[in-house]
Amino acid sequence: MIDPVIASRLQFALTTIVHIIFPVMSMGLAPFLIYFTWKEIRTEEQVYEQLRAFWTKIFAISFVVGTVTGIVLEFEFGTNFAAFSTAAGELFGGPLAMEGMMAFMLEATFLGIFVFGRERVTDRLYMISSVFVGLGTWLSAVWILIANSWMQTPRGYEVAMQSGQPIILLVDPIAAYANPRFPWMYVHMQNAAVLSVALFMTGVAAYYVWTNRDTEFWRKTMKIGLAVLLVTAPFQAIHGDAYGRHVADTQPQKFAAMEAQYETDSSVGLKLLAFPTSVEDITDPHAEELFVVEIPFVASLLASGDDPGATITGLDEFDSENPPVAIVFWAFRAMVGLGFWFILLAFWGGYRWLRGELFEDDLLAKALVGSSVLGILTVELGWIVTEVGRQPWVIQGVMKTHAGVSPGLTGTEALITLAGFVGVYAGLLTLYWYVVVRLIREQAPTRPATPNRDVSGPEKGVPGDD
Amino acid sequence: MTDPLSAAVPLSLADGPLFGLPLPELWFALVFAVLGTFLFLDGFDFGVGVLFATRGTDGEREQLLAAIGPFWDGNEVWLVVFGGMLFAVFPEVYATLFSRHYLLMFAILGGLILRGLAPEMYEQRHDEAWQRRWGQAFVVGSIASPFFLGVFVGNWLFGVDGMASIASLLVGLAVVSLTVVDGAAYLGVKTRGDVRLETRSFGYLAQVVYLLAAVAALVVGSRSAAHVDLFSLPTLGLLGVTVVLAGGYVAASRAERHYLAFAAVAGQVYGLVALVATLLFPLVDPVTGLEISDAIVSTLPLNLSSIGAALLLPLVVSYFVVLYSAFSGPVDEGESYG
Repeated sequence: MIDPVIASRLQFALTTIVHIIFPVMSMGLAPFLIYFTWKEIRTEEQVYEQLRAFWTKIFAISFVVGTVTGIVLEFEFGTNFAAFSTAAGELFGGPLAMEGMMAFMLEATFLGIFVFGRERVTDRLYMISSVFVGLGTWLSAVWILIANSWMQTPRGYEVAMQSGQPIILLVDPIAAYANPRFPWMYVHMQNAAVLSVALFMTGVAAYYVWTNRDTEFWRKTMKIGLAVLLVTAPFQAIHGDAYGRHVADTQPQKFAAMEAQYETDSSVGLKLLAFPTSVEDITDPHAEELFVVEIPFVASLLASGDDPGATITGLDEFDSENPPVAIVFWAFRAMVGLGFWFILLAFWGGYRWLRGELFEDDLLAKALVGSSVLGILTVELGWIVTEVGRQPWVIQGVMKTHAGVSPGLTGTEALITLAGFVGVYAGLLTLYWYVVVRLIREQAPTRPATPNRDVSGPEKGVPGDD
Repeated sequence: MTDPLSAAVPLSLADGPLFGLPLPELWFALVFAVLGTFLFLDGFDFGVGVLFATRGTDGEREQLLAAIGPFWDGNEVWLVVFGGMLFAVFPEVYATLFSRHYLLMFAILGGLILRGLAPEMYEQRHDEAWQRRWGQAFVVGSIASPFFLGVFVGNWLFGVDGMASIASLLVGLAVVSLTVVDGAAYLGVKTRGDVRLETRSFGYLAQVVYLLAAVAALVVGSRSAAHVDLFSLPTLGLLGVTVVLAGGYVAASRAERHYLAFAAVAGQVYGLVALVATLLFPLVDPVTGLEISDAIVSTLPLNLSSIGAALLLPLVVSYFVVLYSAFSGPVDEGESYG
């Protein structure tokens, strides 16, 4: 029978990887929806009403799936990681309770008004509802990331023994909650969510532009998405660069895994591109053996901030076992690579826009269509670097992951639920995709394809309020 | 990090419970009150989901979905808050209880996934086969969620260290019946005409089942659980109040006083969790023998959670007031959801 530790970790990985898609959609859509609502009320232009009504539908289905998959995660701390929850409950439970009371409640109640209440409430209450829903999603991330970042850079605690078991006591809540990782994580995650949604919106709009079925609705969507992409994509790279430095300072083992650096070395180059020359390089990359295109001294420079000769501690130096280096190394490279691709896309689109040719470039449109869900994929890769890179620790330097698993859990039980989640979540993702595609096809104003895009026929379709 | 601010705050908050209040006991009560609020609010969503099976026409089914549409997601968040609070103030109870009833917890989650997803899917397409299937899924999810939750509460109360016992299965049945009463009473407020008339007779039936199942569960459960004292004054008092409220629900509903009937059901739901809490007290987990005072977190996090709850829960209540007033009044047949 399968080891309950392995099964629990796989299950948590699967349920988090699926869940995070939906908060990314809702957190990323929130600022757009607030903007659309505000413009709709201020300008009374039909296109903003259509934009608000349509993207609210995408938000609503994302929120519903996010709710049901989110409760699963909250329960799994107790069901699968009881030892972790018992030991760290003082620090970890509080933020989860705060998330529920401060954020999730705000979001879920005002969402009812925001989705169903356009005709029922005043403009003023409707506008407030859009802001509260958005605020709720962003506050939710505050508490969840406080909990997560504390596991990366734990502060403000003491370990005591209680009836033979280690228990982690909260001694300084400000140090614990405002731990060094939190601001990095929060900014990186929220910007990533907005960037991902901007890519999604731009990609869907580009599809209608490319197939000559665009309307003012889709042109506006594409412009707004691209404008946001132009800000968020470069910002994510600049921020990510500084974030990497912070990781090197606070979690050197993770940083070494990100670079597959086994031996401690100084004046390390940044491996811009790494090419595996054998299967082993993929499954077991060693920086020393890879064929790489590298910029000399830059990894050292990155890690230290100012010293190209700085030393990077290799994985061999650490007492604890290594994280799965291959996953961390390649996920990190894929994330960074995609991040640069988004910047390229943003500048390409910006250039076309500047020249008044935004809707004329078919290659750009195809590239945007192909990239529409890559933002979400990149968020997943980033979280894989964060979470896999922290292994073997569940709380960095304090508690190992295997020690956190529920002691009474059997392999059979864990396998039953793991298999169940594989099936149920495959179905869930399929249904979500089906609904989103269906909403895009049927609820957004498009016009039938015409051979000549200069013919501007009357806009078909009705705004999404029905 | 030893700036004066961060050193000063925890010191004073770590000294003792805020204002000398009996915080562990208050939190014990609050956790059950939040569970009760979930059972009352999402309870009528579940009940409407069960009663959905009794509605034959498209228009009436839409009406039922529209009656809970803006509310159910917010109602479900009370379960999230219940889990979060239990985790925050009784972490060991949260961990041992949830891991001990491993498969049961995922059965609850499965039911909730089905119940949450089904109405969204139901509205996507209007062909018959599709709507029949998602309608069935909605009903199944609406029965499974409260049933497994009830079994969980039964296991907790009676200290069952396995999958379930006869007594905890009876609690499951009792909770499902109570949600049907809740749903029927809610539809009394939110609908008119045939739907209201026909669903209320199911409500009366469910009310009888609830009383029988609850009493049977207590009688059976008390035989194997020493801490469950059926003949204490609070237990008998709560049972008496429940019987009176059950009669009150039927009488008020028949007299077309729908808000009063709904309030009588609310009283029964809170009565049920009060009964569970009273029978447990001072234990918080009979299987491990943990008492409230053993299981409570240390003073500093307890005080912080208390400040958080004291500031936020009144706000949360105000959100619900705004939401329910925005959608006050009955929904009519054919009124759409989504």
